[in-house]
Amino acid sequence: MAGRETLPGRVWKFGDDVDTDAIIPGRFLILNRPEELAKHAFEGVRPEFKDQVKPGDIIVAGENFGCGSSREHAPLALKGAGVRCVIAKSFARIFFRNSINIGVTLLECPDTDRIAEGDVLEIDEAQGIITNQTKNEIYRAKPLPEFLMDIVRSGGLIDFARKMVERMSREKTREKGREAE
Amino acid sequence: MIMACIIMSGNLTITEKIFSRAAGRPCQAGDYVLADIDRAMTHDITGPLAVEGFYEIMKNQKDKKVWDPEKIVVLFDHQVPADSLNAAQNHIMLRKFVNDQGISNFYDIFQGVCHQVMPEMGHVTPGMLVVGSDSHTCAYGAIGAFATGIGSTDMAAAFALGKLWFRVPETLKFQVDGRLGDRVYSKDVILKLIGDVGADGARYQACEYGGEIVRDLDVSQRMTISNMAIEMGGKAGVIEPDRKTDDYIRQRVPEYHPDRDMKSDEGAQFSAVRKYDLSEMPPQVACPHNVDNVVDIDRVEGKKIDQVFIGSCTNGRFEDLKIAADVMGGRPVAKGVRMIVIPASRTEYMKALKAGLVEQFMNAGAMVEAPCCGPCMGGSFGLLGPGEVGLSTSNRNFKGRQGSPDAFVYLGSPATAAASAIKGCITDPRSV
Repeated sequence: MAGRETLPGRVWKFGDDVDTDAIIPGRFLILNRPEELAKHAFEGVRPEFKDQVKPGDIIVAGENFGCGSSREHAPLALKGAGVRCVIAKSFARIFFRNSINIGVTLLECPDTDRIAEGDVLEIDEAQGIITNQTKNEIYRAKPLPEFLMDIVRSGGLIDFARKMVERMSREKTREKGREAE
Repeated sequence: MIMACIIMSGNLTITEKIFSRAAGRPCQAGDYVLADIDRAMTHDITGPLAVEGFYEIMKNQKDKKVWDPEKIVVLFDHQVPADSLNAAQNHIMLRKFVNDQGISNFYDIFQGVCHQVMPEMGHVTPGMLVVGSDSHTCAYGAIGAFATGIGSTDMAAAFALGKLWFRVPETLKFQVDGRLGDRVYSKDVILKLIGDVGADGARYQACEYGGEIVRDLDVSQRMTISNMAIEMGGKAGVIEPDRKTDDYIRQRVPEYHPDRDMKSDEGAQFSAVRKYDLSEMPPQVACPHNVDNVVDIDRVEGKKIDQVFIGSCTNGRFEDLKIAADVMGGRPVAKGVRMIVIPASRTEYMKALKAGLVEQFMNAGAMVEAPCCGPCMGGSFGLLGPGEVGLSTSNRNFKGRQGSPDAFVYLGSPATAAASAIKGCITDPRSV
């Protein structure tokens, strides 16, 4: 984990309003596995992406990344492709939720115009610090709200929800026990 | 305590009221809450991942049951009838899930598009907090619910807990006054608003639509406006319920009692109020490849088209089909143009059938399909090939949305689509 945090990654640069149909076209939504979806990521708009993307690569974009459909297949395709994180000026709401929920790292940073295709970035997620090794620059990302950090710390929403279900079922058992008394 | 007083003193938006009830405590925009879900809807595309996630959450539980089977609705609409083996397998998996969980609100391949079926079958009433694993879930804002799209993992958690986390959104108010001109409809209104604020103009916010024009619209046309809130990044598209809403709901939920407080208070805080008078507005068209790339129709008139699609959760209701048939007025579809009409639900299809619309469309040379999402989702049938141009009454024109990434999709009202179908090029419906 510590190693992963400092490993530099290569940038794929996108513009504003990258939509979920661009990330994964509708005809592939019959697929559910991240690695299968990854084979078609950005197929319509960046045909070379799926063949050339390497684990640890980073997507950098402008405003409103992930707008459009609620398909979780979009962040799953990026996860399957081994994308290390997405850095954008802003994210569309459902894409943002979905990514947090399945453990795809997102960083909101106003300086993405300074980052170019092919730049090599080093990311410190915990501190929200992005180091551009190619340009020798440092940018700061907005930290996540505490509420969301709880989910991230739990390892995503599935684990967070499982803990909650288990707590609720323990409480129920205790209540039943009290009633029996 | 002071905070509570401020919150309770009649300055809440309708959205804040709904979240206050669902969270069990007074809350206002910006608060993070764990809120009770009133309805959770999933379909054949996003459902399988949600079900997998649900069982993953429940893996250590002996009793792997959803929180409340009565509050869950499952529908098949995106790939119906199954158009591939993968789709058929997804359907099998979801049928087993509804069976195992005792979910009675299940609509197999025949009922129609989720956002039409949900309100139509009485699953949504004003003031509810509704989630759906589909981005156009915001459509139910048209009947005064707070309804929002979520992903499959969120849906998995909702199945297990009956609760989800939310940030209570600020509200962007659209005050739309005036009176719509001849052959100008709610689709033109919402395209205008989206073009105005942009694809992220309402990001993280609830849209609330009001004003003379919105009040004058019937529930069917309001659904078009609420449906497309997501196209400006909105989390919901709420319209204050009124007598028209009451009539619509009572036909489906006889025991429904309206709550006249289900509206934004006089002193409610909006992030902004945008005022419009759209009396003079001509029909609007969204041009490739973004929904906010909106122009007055005269800017694109004469653009040759290959395919017209009238349907979808945005504009596939009986009223939409009626408008289209009236504009066509018995004239045939232009040579070289394919016209596909898909009523949004079985109910709407039956209404169109009884009114003779299906016959009119077929006589004109159009193809009328059974209710489903059709070409709108771009993964099933009715796709556009490279270089082709489509005009659609649906909600998205992203590159590749309706087939080839080298195709071009324009969005307009059913009237614009019908006029264009008979002329073979984008045509102002007021001119035919």
